[in-house]
Amino acid sequence: MSTFWSLWIIILTVINLALLFWVLMANRKVAVSDEDDPENRTTGHVYDGIEEYDNPLPRWWFMMFLATFVFSIIYLAAYPGLGSYKGFLGWTSTGELANDQAKAQESYEKTFGKYIQMPIEELAQDPKAMKMGTRLFANNCAVCHGADGGGAFGFPNLTDHDWIYGGTPEAIKTTLINGRQAAMPAWGDILGEEKIAEVAQFVLSLSGRAEDDNMVTKGKEIFAQNCATCHGADAKGLVAMGAPNLTDDIWLYGGDPAEIRQTLRSGRNGMMPSQADKLREDKIHLLTAYVYSLSLDAPESK
Amino acid sequence: MGSHSAAVGEQQTYDYKVVRQFAIMAVVWGVFGMGMGVFIAAQLVWPSLNDLVQPFTHFGRLRPLHTNAVIFAFGGCALFATSYYVVQRTCQTKLFGGFLVPFTFWGWQAVIVLAAITLPQGMTSSKEYAELEWPIDILITLVWVSYAVVFFGTIAKRKTSHIYVANWFYGAFIVTVAMLHVVNSAAVPVTLTKSYSAYAGAMDAMVQWWYGHNAVGFFLTAGFLGMMYYFVPKQAGRPVYSYQLSIVHFWALISLYIWAGSHHLHYSALPDWAQSLGMVMSLILLAPSWGGMINGIMTLSGAWHKLRTDPTLRFLVVSLSFYGMSTFEGPMMAIKTVNALSHDTDWTIGHVHSGALGWVAMISIGSIYHLLPVLTGRKEMWSVKLINIHFWLATVGTVLYIAAMWVNGITQGMMWRAFNEDGTLTYSFIQSVVASEPGYVVRVIGGAFFVAGMLIMAYNTYRTVASERSEEESAAAPQAA
Repeated sequence: MSTFWSLWIIILTVINLALLFWVLMANRKVAVSDEDDPENRTTGHVYDGIEEYDNPLPRWWFMMFLATFVFSIIYLAAYPGLGSYKGFLGWTSTGELANDQAKAQESYEKTFGKYIQMPIEELAQDPKAMKMGTRLFANNCAVCHGADGGGAFGFPNLTDHDWIYGGTPEAIKTTLINGRQAAMPAWGDILGEEKIAEVAQFVLSLSGRAEDDNMVTKGKEIFAQNCATCHGADAKGLVAMGAPNLTDDIWLYGGDPAEIRQTLRSGRNGMMPSQADKLREDKIHLLTAYVYSLSLDAPESK
Repeated sequence: MGSHSAAVGEQQTYDYKVVRQFAIMAVVWGVFGMGMGVFIAAQLVWPSLNDLVQPFTHFGRLRPLHTNAVIFAFGGCALFATSYYVVQRTCQTKLFGGFLVPFTFWGWQAVIVLAAITLPQGMTSSKEYAELEWPIDILITLVWVSYAVVFFGTIAKRKTSHIYVANWFYGAFIVTVAMLHVVNSAAVPVTLTKSYSAYAGAMDAMVQWWYGHNAVGFFLTAGFLGMMYYFVPKQAGRPVYSYQLSIVHFWALISLYIWAGSHHLHYSALPDWAQSLGMVMSLILLAPSWGGMINGIMTLSGAWHKLRTDPTLRFLVVSLSFYGMSTFEGPMMAIKTVNALSHDTDWTIGHVHSGALGWVAMISIGSIYHLLPVLTGRKEMWSVKLINIHFWLATVGTVLYIAAMWVNGITQGMMWRAFNEDGTLTYSFIQSVVASEPGYVVRVIGGAFFVAGMLIMAYNTYRTVASERSEEESAAAPQAA
């Protein structure tokens, strides 16, 4: 705020309050002596039959008015209000926020601190911890992965044993902390539409859904040359590459022939955001245990 | 000569035609605007009512129609009627302005009709209580300037030496509303029905709430205090309690209200200094607001027995009690820590209605019940009994409404701010909606009570005006013979 505007605010505020104070004091007749019958003195004006008494200000009202003046003067000295004057308490709304957040962090220390020492496997069996995990998941993860962790198109299901980046406690924690960036390249320009259709037939054959055996044979060859590097020669995926298993009939971007061709043609770039700068380490630890617990009851995959 | 003018002394007459037009339209718009309020309250209980004629009957489109109808149509007509009446009677002179007088009536009715046409169609500037688009804003400005010319012109040619306190308040209301309306409605037109605000960001919000809070402070408070200062002493037949108090609370009220708008923007992007200043000024506003209440209620001392027989006086006294309550609640809610709980909850809606139903509507209703018999040359309304029934319906309705909103508001505020020890929210939003449902039902009931009272008033008004006509006819008959 420039000095001009600061002074503008200060001067207007002070003048307004000072004039008001003067009006109040100038019309204060609380000390009027009770001559004959002050209750019946009127100003002498009559408007359409209405007269006005010249009664003094009620004392309690006058005191209340003064009290609000006193409060306001103290408040404006203590807090920002008069232009760029900061107030002797040095309070700011951003400071209050930072203070509240610091307090919250302190209480989290107590709430979550004890869990960080516990191994994930053990934590995943702790009902109280898992209840908090449910709420943390609902607040931070459910937007993409669903309230039940069941996933959605483009967002992996977390309740089965199909793990793109690994399902061990360590792998899950790494995923949460650093996030993941998938990179299925676009093959449309490299292979052309015909070869894409053939590879798609081969990929479908892996889950027993091929429609054209001739195309599957051709596709198998193309797969070996281009795709096996990441997805493995047996197409069972490679955790190190973040390349999904293509043989289990679980599809992140849909398993229809058209959807598979689209994935091949244009590529996919799934992104799990890093939580390290959003959540405390102990919260991530608890969430790791929660996510780990989601698939504990799922039937073992074939 | 009939009802349209009245004799003063030997030769002086008053211009009552416009007073009568505005008084009757105040009743009509009161029924319409409050009925609309009950309908949208019902939508919050039975959401399928939104689908009557989509998108025109959607809550989002009818809510501004409700607020505009009750504030500017009902409240506005009541203010025009009473100010035109009071300024003539207390200045002992006819209205100044010639053709401008009927122009203010027809112009204001045109504004209301245009609002009723454009708002359901979704034409809105999106500024609360200033939703009307720019062509209507220009018409409002023309009407308002004419109003100022008529009012101050009448004051200028007064036959009394001093200006009565009621006219100070009416005058402050007229001048300030003109300023607020012009500044806040400044916009860049794009088409006939669309414009963009001249301000941006936090500044736009500040201008809007400078306007919004002073729509409350000047339109809904100063104007109605003008009403109070005439009709309370007149109906009670007692002198005003304290001239000193009038002076102090008038100057304090009008100079402080202007600062208070920023309390609507606590904990927002508005700079800290503006928030604190708004809060402080709102707190100092407590005593000046109560000054008006004290001056009204103390005027009745010595005339309390009249309350037993005069339901019109009951309206006036109860309105002052609600005024005192709302103006205590207002400064409390302006305190930042209280506001942190109350903001965005139904508490705000309850607070507004304790002012709107309890104060604004009741003082207007009482004043109109005083006014109509004078305008129609009768001793009293067609039925005093119906005034009494109206009084109880209005009082019970208001109490039900505001109690329901207090409970809802505090429930919502507590639920929204409840955290688990892990830092997550204890309740989802929908849980707070479910908890609010009983309050919404009670609100519909309270609102229905209030509207039922207004319908009774409309009937009583009709009978009063109609009986005057038949009296005129029977009086005319012998002369013709």
